[in-house]
Amino acid sequence: MALLSIRNLEVVFPLRTGTIPAIQDVSYDLEEGERIGIVGESGAGKSVSAFAILNLVSQPGYLSSGSIVFEGQEISNADDETMRRIRGNKISMIFQDPMMTLNPVLTISTQMEETLLAHTRMTREAARSIAIEKLRAVQIPSPEKRLEQYPHELSGGMRQRIVIAISLLTDPRIIIADEPTTALDVTIQAEILELLLALCNDYRMGLILITHDLGVVSQISQRILVMYAGRIIEQGNTREVIASPAHPYTRGLVGALPEMTRPGRRLNQIPGTMPSLQSIPTGCPFHDRCSHVTDLCRSHRPDLVSGSRRAVACHHPLTG
Amino acid sequence: MNSTPGQESESLVSVRNLYRYFNVSGGWLDQISISKGKMVRKVEMVKALNGINLEIEKGEALCLVGESGCGKTTVGRTVMGLLSPTRGSVHYRESRIDTLDRKGMLPFRRKMQMIFQNHHASLNPRKTVAKTLLEPIRFHQPELSLPEQRDKVASIMESVGVDAGWGARFPHEFSGGQRQRISIARALIVDPEFIVADEPISALDVSIQAQVLNLLMEAREERGLTYLFVTHDLSVVEHFGSRVAVMYLGRVCEVGQVGEVFSEPRHPYTQALLSAIPKVGGEKRRHVKLKGEVPTPIDLPSGCIFHSRCPHAREICSKEAPELVSAGEWTDVACHGVRENWF
Repeated sequence: MALLSIRNLEVVFPLRTGTIPAIQDVSYDLEEGERIGIVGESGAGKSVSAFAILNLVSQPGYLSSGSIVFEGQEISNADDETMRRIRGNKISMIFQDPMMTLNPVLTISTQMEETLLAHTRMTREAARSIAIEKLRAVQIPSPEKRLEQYPHELSGGMRQRIVIAISLLTDPRIIIADEPTTALDVTIQAEILELLLALCNDYRMGLILITHDLGVVSQISQRILVMYAGRIIEQGNTREVIASPAHPYTRGLVGALPEMTRPGRRLNQIPGTMPSLQSIPTGCPFHDRCSHVTDLCRSHRPDLVSGSRRAVACHHPLTG
Repeated sequence: MNSTPGQESESLVSVRNLYRYFNVSGGWLDQISISKGKMVRKVEMVKALNGINLEIEKGEALCLVGESGCGKTTVGRTVMGLLSPTRGSVHYRESRIDTLDRKGMLPFRRKMQMIFQNHHASLNPRKTVAKTLLEPIRFHQPELSLPEQRDKVASIMESVGVDAGWGARFPHEFSGGQRQRISIARALIVDPEFIVADEPISALDVSIQAQVLNLLMEAREERGLTYLFVTHDLSVVEHFGSRVAVMYLGRVCEVGQVGEVFSEPRHPYTQALLSAIPKVGGEKRRHVKLKGEVPTPIDLPSGCIFHSRCPHAREICSKEAPELVSAGEWTDVACHGVRENWF
C-alpha cells in the first residue's frame, strides 16, 4: 500500500464572483522513499494540491471533496489534534523563501529546539543534540556555532540548509518542497538539490517537489505530474514523459525550453496563456491553445487515462 | 543568428575600465563610532563594479551573466546613464556619454532603450497602453502629426502581437506576457539601435518566456538591433546570445563567443557555473563544486577576486589581479592559471 494516497482531491475558493475550483480530480500515490515532482505554470494548482494534504489551504479555500490516506489513515477530515501530529512531524514542508520561513528575531537553536519540543517530550539538551546532528546531515560546517546565530547572519544557501535541517528534525516520512531553490542562485541551487536527493535516499523519505523548472524535476524526481488549469493532465516516469510527452501541453512546455532548440532558432511556443480558473473553457481546458484540437476536444473533457505507468488526459495523445 | 567571428565589426557601445561604488554607510552620524577612546568615521562602500571593460559590437547580442550581486544589472544601468560611474567611461560610437547632462543625453536616449524585468512596475498603471506608447514618440519625434503617431502605435502593437484595438486598456487588464510585450513595444517605438534588456523574461512562465524570447530575436533580425542582455539564466544565454560575459563580484572573468564559452569554459568560475545548470533529460554534467560563499563586495579579496573559492588557486592569485587576456580563438579569460596552463 502506498505511503500517501490521494484520490479525487478538489479545492474550491468561494468568492463573491463565484466559486473557483483551484484543483479538481487530483489523484496520485506516493510510495515510501519515492520522489515525485509536480510541474506547471503559475496558477495551475501545483502548490494548492500539496498544501491541501496538510490542510494548509489559505482562506477562504477549502477541501471540498476527495480523500487523503497517509499510512493507512484517512486524514482529509482529521481534527486539529491529529493534523498537528502529522504536520511538521511525519510530513514536513520546505518553502521557497528561507527568509520568510525562519523567524528573524530568534536564534537558529531556539527555532530548532522549539520544533522538536512541540512534537516530542524531551529535554532541551536532547533537542540540542538532535539539532546539531541534523545540521551536520545538511553539511553545515561548525553547527554548534551556527545554532547561536540569527537568520540574517547567514547566506541564502545556508538559510535554506537550515530550513531543510528543521524539516528533518522529526524524521519525517514525507517532505513537501515548494519551489525550494527558486530564490537561490544556480550554483547554490545545484548544491541544495544534490543535498535533497542524498537525504531522501539516506532516510528513505518521500519527496513531493513543486516547481516550474523542468530541469530541476528531471534531476530529482522519479515521477512527474504535469498540471494545467487545476488538473493533472499527464503523469509518468520523469525521463519518459520528458523524452516523449503524450499531452500536447507537456510537449509544448518541453519544446519551449531554449536547450531543446538549436541556438538562435525560433523557440517552439505555445500560443496564448493559461485560462483563468474563473473561465476554464468547456471540454479540454487546453483546447483553445492546442494545435491538434477537434470538435470532441471542444465538447468533452478528456479523463486522465492511465496506461501501465503513464497517464494522460487527452483525446488525441501524441505518440513517439 | 550569431555574429560571424573574424569579420571586422563596428563597436557600438564600449565600456572602459568602469567602476561603480555605492555608499552603504548611512548618514553622517551612522558613520561615527568610538574605538579605543577615539572617535572614528568609517565610510563603507559596496564595490559593485571593479574595472569592467566591454565592447559591444553592432548587431550582436552580448549577454551578461552571473549570480545575484555580481553587478550585471549595475553595468546595464550605467551604460544607459541611469547611474553614473565612479570611475571609467561609457562610449556610444565615438562619443563619451557618461559625462553628458540631461540635454546632451537626449539624442542618445532615442537610440538606446531599456526593457525591465518587472512588467508590473515598468508600466504606469494609470495610463492606457496607447498613452504609454505615444509618450516616447511625442517626446522624441514631435515632428510627426498626431495621426502619424497613432499609426505608429498601432503598427508597433501589432508587431509585438498585441491587438491594436486594445490600446484604450490599462496595464492591469493584460497578462504578464502581454505586459512584457508592451514594454518591448515601448522600447522599439522610437526605432532604437541598442537595447539593454535586464532580465526581461525572468518573471514570466515557461511557455510565455518562449514567446517573448522569440519576439526579441525577431526584433533583432528585422531591425538589426544590438542587445546588452542581462540574465542569470544560462540556457537563455546559450540560445539567444552571440557573445557572453561572465561576471563575478564586479569583474568580468570570461568573455567570448557563446558557443565557445559553453563548449569549453576556461575560467574555473565559468566551469562551476555551467556545471550547475539543471539539464532536462540526458546525462548529468559533473557538478563542479566551489568552496565557501561569495565574499562581501564591501571587502573585496586581494588579487584575483575569485581566489578564495577557486580549486586551482596558487600563491600569485591572492597577490595579483589577472587581466583579461586572449585564451581561445574568440575568448578572453582573466585567470593566472589559464594563462600559464596550470590545469
